Amino acid sequence: MSDITYGKVATFNTHPDTSIPMESPLSVAFNTGSVPAATSGSRVLFKEQAFLGHLILRGGAIVLDEAVRKVLGISLPGQPLGLALDASGERSVQWLSPDEWLVIVPGGEELDVEQRLRDALGDAHYAIVDVSGGQTLVELSGEKARELLMKSTPYDVHPEAFPVGKGVTTVFAKANLILRRPTEERWELVLRRSFADYVYRWILDAGAEYAIGVEE
Amino acid sequence: MFYIHCPYCDEYRDEEEFHPKGQAHIARPEDPESCTDEQWGAYLFFRDNPRGIHHELWVHAIGCRKFFNITRNSASYEILETYRMGEQPRFSAEHPEGKSAEQGAAVNVADEAGVVAGQEGVKA
Repeated sequence: MSDITYGKVATFNTHPDTSIPMESPLSVAFNTGSVPAATSGSRVLFKEQAFLGHLILRGGAIVLDEAVRKVLGISLPGQPLGLALDASGERSVQWLSPDEWLVIVPGGEELDVEQRLRDALGDAHYAIVDVSGGQTLVELSGEKARELLMKSTPYDVHPEAFPVGKGVTTVFAKANLILRRPTEERWELVLRRSFADYVYRWILDAGAEYAIGVEE
Repeated sequence: MFYIHCPYCDEYRDEEEFHPKGQAHIARPEDPESCTDEQWGAYLFFRDNPRGIHHELWVHAIGCRKFFNITRNSASYEILETYRMGEQPRFSAEHPEGKSAEQGAAVNVADEAGVVAGQEGVKA
């Protein structure tokens, strides 16, 4: 895993020295705001999955599908609002727009995945951007998680309208984020760094009546 | 509050996610250098403001971020259809009830016939 240049595109490790501390977009909120602990009475649980690898893929569906299958073993969701996960559930590919997909992989894998995708794509017309530093992933679970979402977004989160394996970009508390449902009981929110602090405080406020707890 | 159908996400979304971007189907002059000032000014600055059916460009700003077209009634605010870039509207001031499905089907049949004829031509 080293720096490789593909034509005019340089890929490089964004965190070459592990002794340099990293801060998630939510670190300010965690360090300066309130962090209610999860208890047995918490009916909504909030958990940040910090420092995952986020990649934006752009290009034609057919050419990207082949490369993503080869590198990640996931077929690219071709239908609008699709979300596909690998067998372990750790890697996912989400449809964002007709020519744009979001790939999320465990932290530290993003450079390797990007380089293998570039190798597989060759001279095809595409773009890959590492956006790991710009956003973070948050999980909401618990019996009242859906009610918290209903208070926050105009999007219909009823299970009939929002089945497992769907993901949308939508309005959330006047900000915007990506809302997705990888499993039956867990919701994922992909937050922009600049909105993270605000959305976190909103979620705590909205979840107060459900005794929301933040898991470390 | 409106629910607007995004032709790319293929579902109805809240109005809050969209932004209007003005009149649709404005073609840029192919050769700006040879335009008169009047033609170029009309292209840049002058827009229709009809009472009734109007074609508009909108963007699904908080969503797929794609531009698409809406046929809208400026008097009643009714949204008659949304369609992708490059497609032609079914409703227009000349066809306020919409081009009938038969007309549309006729076009498709003609197209298919043309394709078949072309294929046969290739075989021959």
